[in-house]
Amino acid sequence: MSTSVALHASSLERHETASTREPAWVKAALITVALTFFAVFLLLPLGTVFAEGLRKGWGAYLAALINRDAWDAIKLTLITAAIAVPFNLVFGVAAAWLIAKFEFPGKRLLITFIDLPFSVSPVISGLIFVLLFGAQGWFGPWLQAHDIRIIFAVPGIVLATIFVTFPFVARELIPLMEAQGSEEEEAAVVLGASGWQVFWYATLPKIKWGLLYGVILCNARAMGEFGAVSVVSGHIRGQTNTMPLYVEILYNEYNYAAAFAVASLLALLAIVTLALKTLVEKQTRRQLQEITEKSGE
Amino acid sequence: MSIAIRHISKQFGAFKALDDVSIDIPSGELVALLGPSGCGKTTLLRIIAGLDFADQGQILLEGDDASARHVRDRQVGFVFQHYALFRHMTIADNVAFGLRVKPRRERLADAEIQRRVKRLLELVQLDWLANRYPSQLSGGQRQRIALARALAVEPKVLLLDEPFGALDAKVRKELRRWLRQLHDEIHVTSVFVTHDQEEALEVSDRVVVINKGKVEQIGTPESVYDHPATPFVANFLGSVNLFHGRVEDGHLHLGEHALALGAQGGSEGKAVAFVRPHEFDIVPGWGAGGGLPATIARVVSVGPSAQIELSRLDGELIEVTVARDVFHLLGFSEGDQVSLCPRHIRVFQAEALAA
Repeated sequence: MSTSVALHASSLERHETASTREPAWVKAALITVALTFFAVFLLLPLGTVFAEGLRKGWGAYLAALINRDAWDAIKLTLITAAIAVPFNLVFGVAAAWLIAKFEFPGKRLLITFIDLPFSVSPVISGLIFVLLFGAQGWFGPWLQAHDIRIIFAVPGIVLATIFVTFPFVARELIPLMEAQGSEEEEAAVVLGASGWQVFWYATLPKIKWGLLYGVILCNARAMGEFGAVSVVSGHIRGQTNTMPLYVEILYNEYNYAAAFAVASLLALLAIVTLALKTLVEKQTRRQLQEITEKSGE
Repeated sequence: MSIAIRHISKQFGAFKALDDVSIDIPSGELVALLGPSGCGKTTLLRIIAGLDFADQGQILLEGDDASARHVRDRQVGFVFQHYALFRHMTIADNVAFGLRVKPRRERLADAEIQRRVKRLLELVQLDWLANRYPSQLSGGQRQRIALARALAVEPKVLLLDEPFGALDAKVRKELRRWLRQLHDEIHVTSVFVTHDQEEALEVSDRVVVINKGKVEQIGTPESVYDHPATPFVANFLGSVNLFHGRVEDGHLHLGEHALALGAQGGSEGKAVAFVRPHEFDIVPGWGAGGGLPATIARVVSVGPSAQIELSRLDGELIEVTVARDVFHLLGFSEGDQVSLCPRHIRVFQAEALAA
């Protein structure tokens, strides 16, 4: 998805010719509009987060981050990501492999299903789990009988996060793998490599940048997810509060400085993610270019 | 190791890629599978390797049925059209790959692997590139490395899928001569797929001409070129002039003209005839020597031979090639009226062409 966009962008890079050159005032106007929009809708809110968080000084900022509730929220967010990301990494690679290398009936349907978490509202995603595992849900009585808590507990949060971040890795790898074909894998098999060796030595090096890109996006979403997690969490402080939920609680308690302080951590995560993403994107683009050059020979 | 291909058929949906193909390849031979693109030759090669599976039929390697054997256990080397080198590995690591992925108890010592890689790189004359990456090599070099990598595991059979298809004409010519020399050195049974008839004729011991999933003819390069068994083979190998006519009492009748067929004759009835461009004698004047009257339309006299384009009385074009000095000796120029006397005509019944 994103890689294919990157590919198009690189092929669209072109030299300005007389026929496509615009008058200076058009250029200036377009640049002004774009920059204004960028400043008002992107830079301003981002700045506000940090400004509001620091309004009461560094002391209050640090105090908002270094306390039990905040720490529990950060910890839960990290745990959730630490489970959801590896899970989706494995699933994503497996699904992409299946879709890119094999022909089977129902393939289109599977691709559509992988996209499902992107197309439904996160709140609905959360509700699905409540309907399945909640006290009144399908498996509710059985779970209660066996004293297993999923909804309003950590397992529910992890499940909802996995569901929402499902497509990132697979979606990233499918077009990449389809473009790469499987000649190297075939070469490896003929040379005697086992299935695992083929994956490790032939496939993984080809897809590693795309994979990393998917993992970064997946991680960012896993840590930042609000809607689905909010539905299944129950907002129990110190137990089922992730960072985004904690921000909301603080905000509703009129504790703005603390709310923005925690929010600034998420904002920082976003900035780091973007920086990483740009780096990795460059690598992926280079890799795709190599493929295009190769097939263009 | 000998390869026996027995009644192989393969279908892709409604498309019949291979239709009851049987070929015997004796040990140590270099065989070309030649045919137009889409004729099924690559599919056949992949079935021999075990990368594809036949719907029917068997592949016997050294007399043993290998149909159920996994690619890994067939002891074949495969060279791909686009090299399929591992681009994140150095050239030396690429060549060593097949030796390193072996299970521990079969694996050679590291020093021995390195020694072998060095020897293989010397064999393909690229030992000075050992520490480079594939992207730093030219196409011809990459293909030689791919060959070294395939040979590293000492395959009993070497399969090459359009090995020179992605290279430019000059490199291609060099490389195929080199492949022939290499084969004479190591004598591993080799099958290579090509759509380039010149390549097949120049390199191989035997040529298998395939069309629409069926074997048209198997034979040495000379025999398939000089004695094509079917109209397709006559048409596909080398350039050729095609005539439609009738055979009656030892003559090929083309409209109001008749050409003597000589001793070989031909069965009576509607026929198609093929004459190669270099198998004509040109005689000045119409009607001379019982030849076919024509007018010289165009002459391209570059290189060792002159390409002459002539138009028959009914407007159809004929191509004739003569040695350049012979052409100058004859002293023809464009617009001259001449007669064409074929030295050799191959006649097929017209129904055979439709089949």
